[in-house]
Amino acid sequence: MKGEWKSGLTAGIPIFLGYLSVSFGIGILASNSGLSVAEAVFMSVANLTSAGQVAGIEIIAAGGSVLEIIATQFVINLRYALMALSLSQKADDSLTTPKRLALSYGITDEIFALCVSRDKDVTAGYMGGILVISTIGWTLGTFLGAAAGRILPSSLTDAMGIMLYGMFIAIFLPAAKRDRHVCVVVAAASLLSCLFYYVIRSVSGGFSVIICALAASFLGALLFPVAEDDPDDERDSVGGNAPGEWSSTDDEKDGKKEAP
Amino acid sequence: MSRAVFYIITMAVVTYLIRMLPFTLVRKKIKSRFFRSLMYYIPYAVLSAMTIPAIFRSTGSLATALAGTAAALVTGWLDLPLIAVALAAAGAAFATGLIL
Repeated sequence: MKGEWKSGLTAGIPIFLGYLSVSFGIGILASNSGLSVAEAVFMSVANLTSAGQVAGIEIIAAGGSVLEIIATQFVINLRYALMALSLSQKADDSLTTPKRLALSYGITDEIFALCVSRDKDVTAGYMGGILVISTIGWTLGTFLGAAAGRILPSSLTDAMGIMLYGMFIAIFLPAAKRDRHVCVVVAAASLLSCLFYYVIRSVSGGFSVIICALAASFLGALLFPVAEDDPDDERDSVGGNAPGEWSSTDDEKDGKKEAP
Repeated sequence: MSRAVFYIITMAVVTYLIRMLPFTLVRKKIKSRFFRSLMYYIPYAVLSAMTIPAIFRSTGSLATALAGTAAALVTGWLDLPLIAVALAAAGAAFATGLIL
């Protein structure tokens, strides 16, 4: 058990480094949006998810409703449910119900990817080790970003406000380049989003993201359904950096998707 | 309790339930092809809808945001690592801000 814990900690080092840098951007964004350092750190500890936190920060800053924040988190983070389903089938007996209750908190894209790509079953110790070091990186980075956001000149923090969006582009653009179905979905979601922002101005930001994402995904699922095969695979494996990054690699190569 | 803290707790509860319920309760595989297709596309759709057009007002000035976006598109297209794309975007936005 102790060896498992240690190998989890070691395996999690790349995630630690990636999270440290990305959550720095979350900290800056939170600080620029009026959250205190303590609130930013608390958000990162409690949520451990990048896209969800960005959306949450924006809704809090814009004075959105509770319903809006619940619905947004639900849609943005729904993919974790799929990962949890998949990971559940790779978990060994050491993952008792109490341990599942505790460790499920740490099902992020990267932790999931690391766990499912392991050649052995996933134990509670292994998953716990990854979770601890990853959470430290995510929280520490948020703290540094939020604290620095108040010290650094505004020309610098303004420029850093674009970092997370740059990261999002780095996830969806290569995927759209490789898979023309994803390309159609991305284009549809972007167009709809612009429509809501520039033309239909009465819908708030959080709901706009939900409507655009669901509409574009429905379109994709109707026009280009994924291959009829085993869903319990490692399709979602990804070498990303932040909780909230999705796999953009190998979907085509693995033949997980095909034209209808 | 401040409004922000209340919202953060709400977010955390929703996110935790999404992760915990399937991990603890469900052991069967998802059969619906439509549902799996939807889940496959949602991440990319969410990210692009969140990014565009919000990225254009992420730096406080349209010119610096456009420079940053261009840098992100080029580096992203070249499959550079996420952090490299993020830094390129911020660097281009910062440099443009210095020139203007």
